[in-house]
Amino acid sequence: MESTNETILPEATSPERVEAPLMLSLQRFLARLSSSTMLRPWGLRARRGAQAQGGGTMAGQAKGNPWFISAFVLVVFLLAWHFFTLRPTFDAVGLTEEQLQLMEFNGDIVRLPDGVYTWNPEKEKVKGIPGPLAVLEKARTELAEAFVKKGTNDHGIGYLVLYTVSRFAAGFLAASVIAIMLGVILGLNKVLFRAANPFIQILKPISPLAWMPLLLYTVKDPKWTAMLVVFMAAVWPTLATTAFGVSSLKKEYLHVAAIVQLSWFKRLFKVILPGAAPTIVNGLRISFGSALVAVVPAEMLLGELGVGYLSWIEWNNLDIAGVIFAILVVGVVGVILDSGFNKLAGLVTYQE
Amino acid sequence: MSFLQIDHVSKSFPNPSGEGQVCIFKDATIKIEKGEFVTVIGHSGCGKSTLLNIIAGLETPTEGGIILNGREASGPGLDRMVVFQNFALMPWMTVFENIALAVRSAYQDWSAAQVTAHVNKYIALVGLKGAENKRPIALSGGMKQRVGLARAFSIEPKVLLLDEPFAQIDALTRGVIQEELIQMWNTSRNTVFMVTHDVDEAILLSDRILLMTNGPEARIAEMVHVSVPRPRSRETVIEHPHYYKIRNHIIHFLVRHAKHGSSEGTASGSSTNGDPVIVNFEQDALATH
Repeated sequence: MESTNETILPEATSPERVEAPLMLSLQRFLARLSSSTMLRPWGLRARRGAQAQGGGTMAGQAKGNPWFISAFVLVVFLLAWHFFTLRPTFDAVGLTEEQLQLMEFNGDIVRLPDGVYTWNPEKEKVKGIPGPLAVLEKARTELAEAFVKKGTNDHGIGYLVLYTVSRFAAGFLAASVIAIMLGVILGLNKVLFRAANPFIQILKPISPLAWMPLLLYTVKDPKWTAMLVVFMAAVWPTLATTAFGVSSLKKEYLHVAAIVQLSWFKRLFKVILPGAAPTIVNGLRISFGSALVAVVPAEMLLGELGVGYLSWIEWNNLDIAGVIFAILVVGVVGVILDSGFNKLAGLVTYQE
Repeated sequence: MSFLQIDHVSKSFPNPSGEGQVCIFKDATIKIEKGEFVTVIGHSGCGKSTLLNIIAGLETPTEGGIILNGREASGPGLDRMVVFQNFALMPWMTVFENIALAVRSAYQDWSAAQVTAHVNKYIALVGLKGAENKRPIALSGGMKQRVGLARAFSIEPKVLLLDEPFAQIDALTRGVIQEELIQMWNTSRNTVFMVTHDVDEAILLSDRILLMTNGPEARIAEMVHVSVPRPRSRETVIEHPHYYKIRNHIIHFLVRHAKHGSSEGTASGSSTNGDPVIVNFEQDALATH
C-alpha cells in the first residue's frame, strides 16, 4: 500500500511543487554564479577545503564556487542595510518659520551657510542605526589616522590593534606553554590526572571575566590583569585536551620509545608531543577562541587601550558608526589570527 | 645455561570484579638457545602476548624473571626488539624517520651519513626502496609491517620478539612477508620468540612450537619440535612427511583446549611435575625403526 502511495504522490500537486519553480530559478541563478571560475585563488581554496573534508561532501555542487555565493550574500546584505537605514533628507516644505526655528533651537536641524536647513549631523548619529556608508566614512577617517597618537587615550586604530594583539598573544602563549607542560605531566600520570581532574572541571567553566576583580585586586595593574584574563580564558581547554591527548596516546608508541631507549627529552619531543599534537591543537583552537572572546570585554572593563576599548569609547561618545567599525575590526583581527593559527596547526597534525 | 631463559614466570592481575588476583599464566619456564626460533601458540586470552611483553620488559612478571645471556633482563632495552601486531609506526614520521629513530638510538656514536646508509640498507632489504619519504598512512598493511621488520632488524637485537606480526595482513601478502622474514632471519640469525594464532605460520618459521593451555592459570603444556629441515619455503614445507603430523597434532591440541577449562586430563597427558610434554616426530620415527 505504501509503495503505491509513494508512486502517486509526485503526480499530485503538493505545496512544495508550487514553490518549486521559484526555488529552481534561484538555484539555477546561484549555480550560474558559482560555476564561474573567474577568481582562481578562491576556487583553489574551496577545492582544498573539500579534500580536507574527505572529498565531495556536496557531490551535486562539486564544481561550484562558494565564494561567489558569499559575495552575493554580502552585496544583498549591504544593500538591505543601506536601504533600511536610509533617512529622507530634511524637507522644509509645509513648515512655518517658527516651527523651523524651534527645531533648530532643539538641535534637530541646522542651518547651512546658504540658508538651507538640514538634519543636524551630530543628532543623526544617534538616530537609528547608521548605514554602511556612514560606517565606511568612519572607517576611512580612522584608517587614515591609523598610526596617529592624538593624546594619552586617543591612539590610532593601528596602535589599538597592536595593543590588543600583543596582549592576546602574551596571555595566549603563556597559557599554552603552561597548559601543555602541565597537561603532559597529567597525561603521563593517571593518578595525578584523576587527582587534578575535579579542579580542572570546576575551574574550566568559570568565565575568565569572573576572575577580573580578584586579579585586579591582586596584581593591582590593569595591564597585567587584562593579560591574566586572557591567560585564564586560554589555559583550561588546552590543559584538559593535552592531558587527554597524552593519556590516550597509543601505548605502542611509548613501548617503541621505551625499547629503543629514547632519552626523556627525545621521548617528549619525538614521540609524546607529536603523537598528541592533533588533540593538543584542538585544545589550543578552543583556547584561542575563548581568549579572543575574553580580550574585548577585558579591555572594555579595564579601560586598557585596544579594540575592545575602542568599541566602548565610541559608545560613550554615542558614535554608533564607530561602534560598528570597532566590531568589524575585532572580526578582522580574529580572522587574521585564526588563519595564522590554522597554518601552524596544519604543520603538526597527522593522519593515522 | 641457555641464551634466553624465561624462568618460572607467573603473571596475575587484580581481579576486576572484586578482591583477589586472577592468575593469567603460571610458572612458565622456557629455555631458548642462541639463534633459535621459538613460537608460542594458544587461544586468545591465554596470556601469550603478556608473556612476550614480559620478555620485552614492557610488563613486569608477578613472579620469576627473564635471563638473557646470563644476566637478568628487567625493563625494556635495545637487545630485545618487538615487532608489533598493529605495526606501532609513528604516523607523523616517514618510513625513513621511523627506522632512523631506532637506529640513532642504538648506535649513538654514528655519524648522520652512517645512520642514513644503515637505514637505507634495511629499507632496501624489505623492498621499500622509493617509499622512504612516505608516511604510514600511505602504506598498505603489508608495507607497514615491512617497515616494522626493517626497524626491528636494523638495530640488530639479540632477541627478536614477534607479537602476532602478520595477523593484520591479508592472507596473500602474509605468505610473501613470511618468506621475506625467513630470508632476513637466515642472514641475521637472531634469536626469535614469536606469538601467533596461525599454525601454518608457526610450522613454516619455527624450530620449536610451545602450546599453551587456556587461561586463567594457563601453562605451557607441550613443546613440539618442528622436524622439517631448513631451508624451508611455503611450497616445500608442506611436502615433508612430518608437516601434517605436526599440524594435526597442534590443531588437535587447540581443539581440545577450545572448550574452557578442559585442560585437565588431556589425551597426551601432562607430566605430574608441570614440565611440558616434548613431542618430536623424528624420534617417533627413529623409535619405530
